Formats: sequence, structure tokens, C-alpha cells
Amino acid sequence: MTVAVAEITVPTTGKKISVPTGLFINNKFVSSVDSPDKIDCVNPATEEFLASVVAGSAKDIDVAVAAAREAFNTTWGKHVSGFERSKLINKLADLIERDAEDLAALETLNNGKPLKIARDFDIGDSIGCLRYYAGWADKIVGQSIEIDPSTKFAFTKNEPIGVCGQIIPWNYPIQMWAWKVAPALAAGCTIVMKPSEFTPLTALKLSELIVEAGFPPGVVNTVPSLGSVGGAALSLHKGVDKVAFTGSTVTGRKIQKAAADSNLKKVSLELGGKSPHLIFESADLDQAANWAALGILYNTGQDCTAGSRLYVQESIHDKFVEILVGKAKELTVGDGFDEKVGGGPVVSKVQYDKVWSYIESGKQQGAKLVLGGEKRSSKGYYVDPTIFTNITPEMKIVQDEIFGPVLSVGKFKTEEEAIKLANDTTYGLAAGLHSNDANQCMRVANALDAGTVWVNQYNMLYNNVPFGGKKQSGIGRELGSHALDEYISVKAIQWNYGEKLEWPL
Amino acid sequence: MPGTFKHTFDTPVYKGTVEFPTGLYINGKWVDGGDGGFIDVINPTNGQLITRISEGTPSDIDTAVHFAQTAFDTVWGHNTPGDARGALLYKLAQLMEDNKDKLAAVEALDNGKTFGWAKKADLAMSIGTIRYYAGWADKISGSTIETSLDKIAYTTHEPLGVVGQIIPWNFPLMMLAWKFGPALAAGNCVILKPSEFTPLTALFAAQLCHEAGFPPGVVNVVNGYGSTVGNAIAHHPHIEKVAFTGSTLVGRKVLEAAAKTNLKETTLELGGKSPNIIYDDCDIEQALDWTIHGIFWNHGQACCAGSRIFVHAKIYDEFLQKFTERTKQVKLGDPFDPDTYQGPQVSQQQFDRIMSYIDSGKEQGATVHLGGERFGTSGFFIQPTIFTNVHADMKIVKEEIFGPVGVVIKFSSDDDVIRQANDTIYGLAAAIFSKNIDRALRTSQRLRAGTTWVNCANQLHPQIPFGGYKQSGIGRELGQYALEHYTTVKAVHINLGHTI
Repeated sequence: MTVAVAEITVPTTGKKISVPTGLFINNKFVSSVDSPDKIDCVNPATEEFLASVVAGSAKDIDVAVAAAREAFNTTWGKHVSGFERSKLINKLADLIERDAEDLAALETLNNGKPLKIARDFDIGDSIGCLRYYAGWADKIVGQSIEIDPSTKFAFTKNEPIGVCGQIIPWNYPIQMWAWKVAPALAAGCTIVMKPSEFTPLTALKLSELIVEAGFPPGVVNTVPSLGSVGGAALSLHKGVDKVAFTGSTVTGRKIQKAAADSNLKKVSLELGGKSPHLIFESADLDQAANWAALGILYNTGQDCTAGSRLYVQESIHDKFVEILVGKAKELTVGDGFDEKVGGGPVVSKVQYDKVWSYIESGKQQGAKLVLGGEKRSSKGYYVDPTIFTNITPEMKIVQDEIFGPVLSVGKFKTEEEAIKLANDTTYGLAAGLHSNDANQCMRVANALDAGTVWVNQYNMLYNNVPFGGKKQSGIGRELGSHALDEYISVKAIQWNYGEKLEWPL
Repeated sequence: MPGTFKHTFDTPVYKGTVEFPTGLYINGKWVDGGDGGFIDVINPTNGQLITRISEGTPSDIDTAVHFAQTAFDTVWGHNTPGDARGALLYKLAQLMEDNKDKLAAVEALDNGKTFGWAKKADLAMSIGTIRYYAGWADKISGSTIETSLDKIAYTTHEPLGVVGQIIPWNFPLMMLAWKFGPALAAGNCVILKPSEFTPLTALFAAQLCHEAGFPPGVVNVVNGYGSTVGNAIAHHPHIEKVAFTGSTLVGRKVLEAAAKTNLKETTLELGGKSPNIIYDDCDIEQALDWTIHGIFWNHGQACCAGSRIFVHAKIYDEFLQKFTERTKQVKLGDPFDPDTYQGPQVSQQQFDRIMSYIDSGKEQGATVHLGGERFGTSGFFIQPTIFTNVHADMKIVKEEIFGPVGVVIKFSSDDDVIRQANDTIYGLAAAIFSKNIDRALRTSQRLRAGTTWVNCANQLHPQIPFGGYKQSGIGRELGQYALEHYTTVKAVHINLGHTI
């Protein structure tokens, strides 16, 4: 049964990009086995309809998991060499590079981020991520362990965990896809991917490249679905060996619970953050302001690592805020296809309402608005850069993750106070600090409870550096060699070639 | 003006044209040799001249070092991040893949190995090795080390700088790949001296490196003689490391030169006289096939060749008879004939050397069970040769022959064969055949060899380290292990508050 292919027009060039709208299972695009439901995709810059895709049901998840299991038992898993996996992942990277323009256009249409950022950063880094893990695929070595060389020895094998459910969010659709798919495939796992119901289009387009690259059927399966349907089904599925989730802490909790309730599947979580960004008085203020602006405005603040709580040393507070407000004003926010634009809308109406409700609460709870805070009258889910000062710890805008371009600015006198304020959160994903005192940088970096600490920079991630959260920001690490650990299960083989057992003991 | 080698192949297995420069490749340019000299490249199949290539001199090495050092300081080393180095290596691998048949044909022409073996073994392994190390380039990490609360310490694994690499003639392109892969992945600049007997695929590869986009000075290829160019590399005060593959005799000189000059880091892949142990409980048909591969692959010109074949008394007669039958089926002939298994030895010199070993075997009283003579009347062909009734003190038992000559020795006890196997100055490899894996593993554990093959022989993979115990060498190639020899460790201590 063939499923419809949507034709989506790129506004600036008029080019039509075809996007398959079915569920991608066993290298084919298919309808749902039992549900007529569809997911509508919207362009957040224009609020216009883009395309409808099939919404997967729990039964569709069953079918996808069965396909992934079959592939794991026959053509993937222990039946494919690391060398072969490396070649296929590299080929996939090459194909994404070939199709970067189309993929970037789709990403901008569905997510709203500027085209040049989608192409050069999201997709550029995703290609790098795939190539990085392609390089690991034939280098996953175990250990040989000496026991008593004349009679026995032991060795470990780093075996793939099995069928992995991967649930990704809407803020970096292609990049989150790459972060999940690359290490899982490199380790030999098969995948059932549930992209976000807000941004499934690029995941479906990438599925075409999975076929073209030559992956056997069932190795990668893509099932767009509502979180409460497909995500829940994967987390509860007894045929899934591991679930990897990136999204909110609230949902992360549900997933871990479902894993415990079903088959104790392994769980890795990349959750929310309320990352502190510290500016000490010795910092290069202009540079620090650039990084601080990046930290809250990049991707329209829709970043788990957003530096959303800025604490500035008292002696430089007023001056720094003035510089920062100036920087924020320099950013042009608008339609992603406009070359001049450096930031786009938030991704959906739901997010739009959520972010604006936080802005209102900031006003109501008495924070001082020094930038933004006014809705646009035109179409599109826009939130312009918003900065609050005079914050206090109990304010909602200080405690909760807003996931928008809304910055809360506070002040501190001493280093100890800065650290205390920074760590006063249930989250622990990232932190940034700016100081020209190297000893201070080291002390503070040591003291911050965050999975990533940026010193004199912010938001820069590299495919070979591990990334993940402490505390309620998550479990496990992505990127770097550490990500492979999440997709590997160690078997120790203890080999006796010389010990004879005396019986009875 | 440096010349070009252009050749059209019109053979049953390959038809096509190749063309590449024959000068020295230094700093991204093709140049004449310093003294304007040339080296004749001889076709071992018929003894005739293929072409002439530029001959490098010690002063060309000085020039190459100068440019390589500049490249290291400005565009390579820490100036190009690992993922970018990896991307260039992947590009090189792809170009080698695209030119696979051409490279195999040139290798067969220059070295004498068959086109079929060049393509299926040499090219596959060469491309695989470059791809493997491309993946390592951005994964070379150090450690952070906890000591006291007021210190942060970490190590970085940094490239050495300019490295010299001297490779042999038995697997010309493959030896280049084994050297280039880890060296370039780690960020070093390389100066390669190919063998004067087989320079052609290295020149072709230099052109591919240029096409791949390695910045000038990063890859340099300087053909020349061991006594001049090789010697200059080993002695050069600004070459930080030398990697040599070749005979133990010359390896000793390289190590000595390093000690006398700047104590450059030295790794050596030298000779071997590897034992092949056939137990009575082996799968005899398989053992026979692997034994053939062990001694006759590449015409016996492999450092890890299983040249001492130990056969258990219980199966000795049957094994010897079948081994002889199988050896008789080894077909010698033109490397471009699809039925040929064994081509000529690489040079007149090697031919003479092997024949002199065969003569010594005859003189010292060993039995020529099969072969022992030249094959044909043109080219450097030698019949696959089996000696029996040998003694441990015979030259053919002790010394590396590097030709299609195996000695077969009867044994009856495991302890005794292990003792005999280890009774050699060498320790490169060993093969063990037995259906009883435990017996094989116990034997493996007691053999002093850098590689032990259980129920196989002469198997190489880019991921698995390879190198010698004892006088077979220093250091390891392939696998992650090779990277250790192309990096040096810096420990950084950061004091957070300890005052004195």
C-alpha cells in the first residue's frame, strides 16, 4: 500500500521538496495498521499548514519494534562487522551533505530556525556527528584480563544492547536525530525512532537516505506519533531493550517509570535545564555579553542548555546589563528564509502560549522588564528577546524552564554567593562563567553542579566532547566516546583451558 | 624537470592507462633529485626496465625536513583539528578506492605479485587501513588525573612533529598505508622513503595525497637508496621519529643512528622465522591450505611467513604427502595471468640470496623434498621449495630466507615443539593448528611471538596490532597501539592554590 508523498514548496526558490508521509518501517513507507489519525505540521513563521503525516499508533510501534528485532537478529547486531557499519554511517553522512539545502529548507519551514543556521550549524554538525561515530564503529574494543595465564583468562565483549527506542524533541530535529542515530548504529543497535509530533518532516526525509545509504530493512524505523501514544508505547514495550529520550523532565520521569514497570529497559535521558551564566568583574564585558546573548537567544532560547539565569557581579551589573540589552537589540528576529534574520519564531502555538505566560508571571511577580515583553500583532509565533532584572529566587521565571528567549538577570557580591545561586536548582545541565582570573575559573568550574561547564564561552558543543546532565537534568551522556556506553552491554567471557575441578569440594 | 611515468596495460585481467610523476614529492611539488640522478625500476617478471625515477639525496631530505617542519608549525599539528585531518584521510581512502585497479596493476608490474592478490589483499588492506585511521584522528585523547584537592592534572597526546618512514618492497602500497595512517591521523608530517626496488605505487599515492588536499609539506615522498636517503633520515637531527620496516640487519643500523644523533623515537618491524605448529588433532585439510598460504603467499616475501613448519609425528607422512601435492599445484607465471598464484621474486638480488640459501640447505645435508631450482629462463622466478630432514643449526632453519622456501620438521611432544618454536632470535608471529582450542590457547600463551594465529595464518586487520617480540622489532603497528608511537605525552599540572 503506497502512502502519500507531500510536496512542500520552498518560499524563496519555489522548489518543491517531496516528503514521504507514511511510517518508515522495514525500509518502506506505510500506513498505520489500525489508525486513521494524522499529524498536521505547521510553519511557525506563518502559522500556515505544511503537510500531514501518518500518526503512528501503539500497534504501529509493535510492528516497528518487531522489524527492528528481526534486523537485530539477522542483518545487524552481531551479524554485521564494525567496518561495515562504519562504511554505511559514512555513506549516510555523505548523502546528508549532498541534500543539505533541501533538508535545511524543510527544517526552517517546520521548526522556524534561520535557513543558514539550519544548514551550516544544525546540518553541518549533524554530518560531523555521523562521521565521528562512523569512525568509532570498528574501534569498540573490550579487554583481555589476566587471571592465571596457564589455565584461564577472561575477556570482555562490548555487545550492542539491542532494539533501541529513541524519542527526540522539536528544537533541533535533524541534530537530535543524528545524536541518537549515530552512536546507536555504530554500536550495532537497531532503532525505532519517534520524532516530535511538531517536527517530523526531516526525520521522514532522512529515512529516505537510510534506504539510499544501504542500511538493511528494519535497522532504522521512524514512527511519528504523539508522545502519549508512540512515546509511551516504546517506553512500556517489552521488546525494546533501551529507550533514549530528550525532552522535558516531566516526560522523562514518565519514561523512567514506564521502563521500571515493564522490562527494566535501560534508560538515558537528556532533560531540561535552568543553566546559570556567571559574569565576574574581571571578565571581558563585551565578549561576555556576546556569549550571554548567544546563551539565551540562540535557537530562540529553545535550548536545554540555555543560559537562562544570568548572575552578574554587583560592581559591573548595571554596565553589563546595558551592554547586553544593546546586543540583544542587534538580533533580527523574523522569518527564517530572510537572509538578514538571526533568530526565528518559537516552534508552535503551544510553546508560544507557554512562553508568554511566563513573561506575564515575571511581570506579575515584580521582576523589572528591561527589554521586550510586548507581543507582535502580525502572524507567526514570535517572542522577541526579553530580559528581566531585579529577580528573586522564588519567582517562576527564575525556577522554571521557560524554553524561550527570556532571560532572568540577578546579581551577586562574592564568588561563594555566585556559586550558591548557580547551584540552587533541581537542574544541572550546563553552566557558564566569565572571568579573567584563571584560578577563579578553575575554582568555580569545580564547584558548579553541571554536566557541562563553559569557561569564557557558552553553548559550544563538539561531537567528541561528552554532554549530559547532573541532577534532574538527566541520566547518561551523549556525544564523545561516552555515548557509546549507552548503547553497549558488556559481556565477560571467562575461558577455562586448564583448570580441572575437584569434586566434591 | 621531473618526468612522468605513463603506461598502458593490455592484459587478460586489466586494461587501462596510468600516469603519474616520477620526481620527488616535496612540499606539494614534484622536483628533480638533488644531484639530478635516476634509479632504474626493473620489471621482475622479465628483468627489463620499466622506467626511471628521480633519485633523492641527503640534501633532499634536509629540504623535505625544512618544509615539513614549517608545515607542522603553521598548517598541520595543532593547527588542523582532528576531524579535518580525518576528513583528508577519508578523501585519500576514497581516491585509492576509485583508483584501485590502476594501483593494483602498477603494484603487480613493479613488485611481481599477481594483479589478483594485489587487488584482493594489498589494495583492500591499504584502503581499509587509511579509513580506519581516518576515524581515529579526532579521538586521540588524554586523561584527567586526580591527585590532591588543590591541583588539576591532565595529559595531552601530541604529535611528534616530522617523522621519517622507511618502507620495504614486499607490500609497497600497504606498507605506505600502515605508516601514513597513524602518523597523519595523529598530526605528524611525514617524509617517506619507499624502497628503491618498488617506488611506483608510492609515487601514485603521493599524487593522490596531493589531490586529496593535504597541505604542502605534510606528505613528502623521497625515493632513494637506503645507504643515502634512508641513512640521512635515520641520522637527521630534526626528524623526531623514524619508523622502519625491513631486515633486522638494517633495523639495527637505524636504531644505532638514532642513538648517535638525537635519540629519535624508533619503531622497527623486522624479520621473522615464524613457526607453524600442526598438531595431530588439527583439521588437516584446513591446516594444509593455511600452511600453503603461510609460506607461499607473496612468494614467501612476508616478514611473518610461516617458514618453519612443525608437523606432529602422528600425521607427518600424510601431511607431507598432501602438502607436497598442494605445493605442486601452485602455479607460477605472469602476474597478469588470471591463473597465476606466484609471480617472480622482486629483484635479482633477492633471487640470488634465496638461491644461495637453497644451496646452503643442499650443502648442509637437508633433503630437497620439492623444488630447489629456478623456474623458467627469464625473470626472477623460483620454484616453491620444501626441505625436510633438517637440523636446528642449519642456515635454512635459523635464518630468514624471504622466499618460497619452507622447512618441515617432525615433532612428537607439545613441550618440545614449543621449545623449538621459541628457539630463535626472532618473535614476529606463529600459527597453531588444532581442533582442541584449549591446546591451541595453552600453546599460544607460551609462544614468544607478537601475533599468534590459531587455525589460520597471515591474517592482518587494520584494527589488530602487529609487531615483534625479540629481534623481530620494537613497537606495534595497526590498531590503536600504533598511535602511541606517533604521539608524545605532555602532563599539565595546574596549581589551584598551593603556595610555597
